This record gives sequence, structure tokens and C-alpha cells, in this order.
Amino acid sequence: MADENDTEAGSVKKFLYVNRKAPYGTIYALESLEVVLIGAAFEQDVSLAFLGDGVYQLVKGEDTKALEVKNFSPTYRALEDYDVTKIYVDDEALEARGLSEADLVIPVEVVSAQRMAEIMEDQDVVLSF
Amino acid sequence: MLHTVNKSPFEHRALESCLRYARQGSAVLLIEDGVYAAARDTAVAKQVQEALKSVSIYALKPDLEARGMQTRVMDGVRLVDYEGFVDLVVEHHAVQSWL
Repeated sequence: MADENDTEAGSVKKFLYVNRKAPYGTIYALESLEVVLIGAAFEQDVSLAFLGDGVYQLVKGEDTKALEVKNFSPTYRALEDYDVTKIYVDDEALEARGLSEADLVIPVEVVSAQRMAEIMEDQDVVLSF
Repeated sequence: MLHTVNKSPFEHRALESCLRYARQGSAVLLIEDGVYAAARDTAVAKQVQEALKSVSIYALKPDLEARGMQTRVMDGVRLVDYEGFVDLVVEHHAVQSWL
């Protein structure tokens, strides 16, 4: 009941989308991005986390012409227009893959696993992809 | 024997298993998320470099390009297009897919 009242009053919840999959091998990355963009219309407090192979979703220079699938990499740059600006990337995930912040298509906050754990703990809703 | 690996070396053990069984002189073709193993300066690069001493390693260029990895490939890993993929299959007596 309390939740229902909150919703009617337009309360804002904290949503975290956790991305752990590389972009084209499976459909998870694209599906996550679509859900984030749809969810953004509801004016919630949205954060995105990229861990493990999820960091590959943000790598610059993706060119899917020869693969003949949609290149959804440019869509990450639209997140800012939806006020989705809290984007956290695991530092060890980047390092293990020989990547740095400069290799990514959007500005992110590179965080330790410990900081990431705090961010996760702080959420009302966590959606995993 | 031609071995193909289509899984990321960071989230799966397919590449590691493949390299354990790939005999001297055989070929390993990295495809789909498997191409991430071809990148230099990663946590698995040493493992791949070691393997290059005894097996030929190829990576499928369209899969590298889609993932923005085409400029990050380590020395010694050869790039092939779809035609090259077919040639590798024809050249080897059997194909083992490490799924």
C-alpha cells in the first residue's frame, strides 16, 4: 500500500542497471540499453554500472558493417540527453582488458570494486543484464 | 585440426581448454566474443603469446571490427575475413568448436 501511495505521489526511486556482457555476442547489451532508454522516460534516479566484459560495450571504434548487424554504440552518447549521467565502470575490468577511460565512447566514472559495491548497496532497484 | 573459439576469455574457459588440447601445428580461429583474446596488453595476452609458439592463431576481422578491437590485435595473430574462414575449414581435416 505504501508503495502505491509513493508512486501516486511521484516518488523517485534509485535504479541501477548492471551490465556484464560484451556487446554483440549476445543480445543482453542491446536489450539493457533499450530498457534504460525506456525507463528514462519515467524520471527515476538512474545509474549504469559496467563490470567484467560489460566494459566492452563502451569501446570506441565499433564498426559492424561487415557483420551486418546494427551498431548501437552511438546510442550510448544519447544517454546524456535522457539525464542518465551516472555511469560507473569497474577499474579492474578495464585494466584486465588493456583498456582505459580514453578508449570509451562516453565520459564515465572509473571506480574500484569496493566503491561499486557501495553504489549497488545504495539502490532501490537493481536490474541485471 | 582447426579449432574455433567463440567465447570471451575473460568470462569463459573455452580458450583455455582449447589451448590445452590444440596440438603443435594446428590452427585456432577466434570468432564472435572469442576475438577479445586477440587484443594486446590484456590479462590473457601472455597465454595467447605462449600458444603462438606452437599453433597458428587467427581472428575473424568482421567480429573484431564490430567490437572496436581491430586496432588492438597483438603481433602474431593473423586476421581473416569470411573467405579466409572458409579456406581454413577447407585446409584442415576437421573442425572442433569450443563453445
